Amino acid sequence: MDDTLGRDATAPLPVLILLVCLLALLGLAGLFGALWARMGRAVAVVCIAASLGFAVAAVLGLVGAPTAMLLAIGPPGQGLSLVLDPLAAWFLLILGLAGLATSIYALTDAARAAPRVVAGFPLFLAGMALTLLAGDGITLLLGFEAMSFASWALVGYGHAEAANRRAARLYLCFALLSGLCLAAAVAVWAAAAGGTGLEALRAAPPEGWRAVAILALVVAGVGSKAGLVPLHAWLPLAHPAAPGHVSALMSAAMVKVAVYVIARLLLDCAGPAQPLWWGVPLLALGAASAVLGSLRAALEEDTKVILACSTIENLGLILAALGLAAIFRAADLGALAALATGAALLHALAHAMFKSGLFLAAAAVLTGAGSRRLDSLGGLIHAMPVTAACAGVLAAAAAALPPLSGFAGEWLLLQSLLAGWRIGPLPLQLGLAAAVALFGLAGALAAAAMVRLFGLVFLGRPRGPRAAAAREAPVLARAALIGCATLTVLIGLVPGPLLALAEPAIHAAVRQTVGDQVGLFALAPGGGATAYAAPVVAVLLALAIAVLAVWLRRRSPAEPAIVPAWANGFIPPPPELPFGDPLAQPSAAGFGQPLRRMLGASLLGAQEQVTMPEPGDPAPARLEAGFADPVFALLLAPLAGLRDWLAERAEWLRDLSLRQCLSLSFGTLVALLALLAWLEA
Amino acid sequence: MFAALLTQAIHAVLLLALAPLLVGVVRWLKARLLGRRGASPLQPWRDLRKLLLKRPVVAESASVITVAAPYVAVAATVVAALLVPSFTRGMATAPVADLLVLAGCLTLARGALALAGMDAGTAFGGLGASREMAFAALAEPALLLVALCCAILAGSSNLDAIAGAFAEGLLGIRISLALALAALAAVAVAENGRIPVDNPATHLELTMVHEAMLLEASGRHLALWEYQSALSLTLWLSLLAAIFAPFGMAPAGAGPLGWILGLVAFAAKMGALALVLAVFESAIAKMRVFRVPEFLGAALLLGLLGALFLYVSTGLL
Repeated sequence: MDDTLGRDATAPLPVLILLVCLLALLGLAGLFGALWARMGRAVAVVCIAASLGFAVAAVLGLVGAPTAMLLAIGPPGQGLSLVLDPLAAWFLLILGLAGLATSIYALTDAARAAPRVVAGFPLFLAGMALTLLAGDGITLLLGFEAMSFASWALVGYGHAEAANRRAARLYLCFALLSGLCLAAAVAVWAAAAGGTGLEALRAAPPEGWRAVAILALVVAGVGSKAGLVPLHAWLPLAHPAAPGHVSALMSAAMVKVAVYVIARLLLDCAGPAQPLWWGVPLLALGAASAVLGSLRAALEEDTKVILACSTIENLGLILAALGLAAIFRAADLGALAALATGAALLHALAHAMFKSGLFLAAAAVLTGAGSRRLDSLGGLIHAMPVTAACAGVLAAAAAALPPLSGFAGEWLLLQSLLAGWRIGPLPLQLGLAAAVALFGLAGALAAAAMVRLFGLVFLGRPRGPRAAAAREAPVLARAALIGCATLTVLIGLVPGPLLALAEPAIHAAVRQTVGDQVGLFALAPGGGATAYAAPVVAVLLALAIAVLAVWLRRRSPAEPAIVPAWANGFIPPPPELPFGDPLAQPSAAGFGQPLRRMLGASLLGAQEQVTMPEPGDPAPARLEAGFADPVFALLLAPLAGLRDWLAERAEWLRDLSLRQCLSLSFGTLVALLALLAWLEA
Repeated sequence: MFAALLTQAIHAVLLLALAPLLVGVVRWLKARLLGRRGASPLQPWRDLRKLLLKRPVVAESASVITVAAPYVAVAATVVAALLVPSFTRGMATAPVADLLVLAGCLTLARGALALAGMDAGTAFGGLGASREMAFAALAEPALLLVALCCAILAGSSNLDAIAGAFAEGLLGIRISLALALAALAAVAVAENGRIPVDNPATHLELTMVHEAMLLEASGRHLALWEYQSALSLTLWLSLLAAIFAPFGMAPAGAGPLGWILGLVAFAAKMGALALVLAVFESAIAKMRVFRVPEFLGAALLLGLLGALFLYVSTGLL
């Protein structure tokens, strides 16, 4: 086994094992020691150190040779094994950076953290790291389940409220589903391959019905963890229910672990011999997720729910890029496959940074201004300038504005689509054209959502007394935010070198190289027919702003006069309303109205109802607007009905006589033996 | 290299200087068509000068966004304008003149405008911002589909390459090009807030989008916003000209004679487009805000149809 796995015994793997074990132990220790106030801080400090270790080891893993190691524990005949290859290292880098930012933020209120948060956070980190380092299916499942379990405990932290209990319950159901599907997929595959090691799986690419089964199980199981439509219902409920920094880690890193598992199983291990349709489900569901997620993000009214919906959108883009890579590879377009994979990896990194930063900003706003509801916030840029500045940069990246980090990945994804329009039969080509339009729609909706989020939270006038008395975030929280914003700008400016760093990971995923499609300053897909030079755009923008500012300072030197807002002739605010009439400012629902009417009615079943009182009746007229994600009505409600129906049918088992009960058990035993005999044959 | 930088500089000066003039010409043409005398085409330049000399007034509830956003928006539009070939190909920015990067820069300008509209916390600013962002949600996919059509025909989404491929005329006249032209024209109308999507001359608050976001802007900030909108119109018209009428444009590496011919052709094309815009705006009425999605949805479908025709026709070859 060591011969197949171990290639270099001196590299960072032992350190990583130590870190994972340390975090897991810390989780246990935290459970008992959490009543002691210093424990929370110590745990956060160790998490910071471990995240740094992950990031450093990941960079070493990206530039060095793959390393592997067999552990002395595990199920009979099958030791657990760990592998650090470039693909795992890239996602470990994402985990390290996101873990670093969120752990620093965790320090700010570590002393008051609940025991389950103190214990769950390191366990969560350890589970994710173990999934990334898994060298065989069993270890992968162990890590995946540890991650799910720890995050479920963290989601249930606000269990005093019914909504949070419901979110945690729904999340648990989906976590069970994904665990079951993943276990079944690994079992089906391992049965054909004769072992669960990644090398063994790689040596036996699935064929025939197994391929269909594995594809369906992995997409359903891991896709539900990544928030892929139609299995995304839990995500906008569960991510916001967790504490602020945990939400950040869930949205930044946990969904990326799911992306890693998909890339590992469906691209790397399934091998290049898969047919053209192999990537189609990922592409179709990814595009649907992108549109639905961004539309919901533009309509929701709670900061963290908006960010969670934006996560669905971005994960949709990333998974669609992976699906495209599979399609391109099957069509023998190696360079394009590498490009699409590069787009996925780059966007995964960019999303991890801007989304963890945005969640941390939402947490800072919740602490400083006391609310997550857009209709209670407003004008926070005056009281929280640093948070507002960082959130502005991060939201601009989430809106895919050049030259920030969100743009490069989406640009690469669109370029690979524009270059690869001519593959497969006509329906697939049309699907690709539709995907171009859907990605454009998702991008523009994301921009609308981010403008709405930033504008309603930070700009305008306060919508409530608590927002008017907001306080700036503490030093450490600001440090974490500034770190995320800085990294977001840096990632945006150097997509070329980053892709060069990701080159081994791309090769590990699709066995293709990006080659000369990336340069130091520019991304130039398809042999340089076109290019995106982020530094050039940034320098030109900065230059234009500087010239304009200097020139205007000379031509128009008058200092601005500060006066009450004109507001089309409204009176200046009276003393009893220091911030003016709160109703004369757009609300969250009002800002979403155009999009709700344009797209919400068809996609989300949005409705508006006007109730006018009878003439002479002093009751107010009411306008009620709302929408509901169709997945609840179309998928979850029928499933719940099916569950009740089955439970009702199963009632008759109680009325069986003793003889019937015994024959039922005997029949089951015989059936299982028959199954075993058939499998042995 | 020197020629590329020189033409880039000429292009920049040309577009930057032409922008307010083009708006003036369109206004003058519209006035003539309506039987009025109309102000001189130079009037927008005079207005800008007047605004620069005034003291800006900033709302108490406004923040640094009100002051900074116009600079960002103008800079992003200038960068976008630098990418669109006007009278010659092979400018210094030609290798990076990507249609999607251009769309990104315009989104940046739009985001800055929407945030500036929301900054003072007034009703109309937020209203305009929400409508602007919602219209963009349908305009953007239509633009991307046009980019797809161009990429299918020209091999990339680089504007210089597209202009080159279309100028050589090897492609002939295609139905999909006509569909893409209609789609791009509709997007241009929506992006610039022209009739029938928005009325640039309106002061009836309930119907406006672009102007609603500028109600609190004054002095040099208003001047910058006016200039940004003029530059955006110029940019979109020269984009239409560069993609669908690249005739007369000097090829890369042409000498001064080619440039002069290109400049003449460019002036003629912009004049013709201004006339078309003025006639179009005078001939039709502004549509209800809630019908704009249908207008842009039609553009989206036209783009998709264009791509479909291309798929079918290239499949037959």
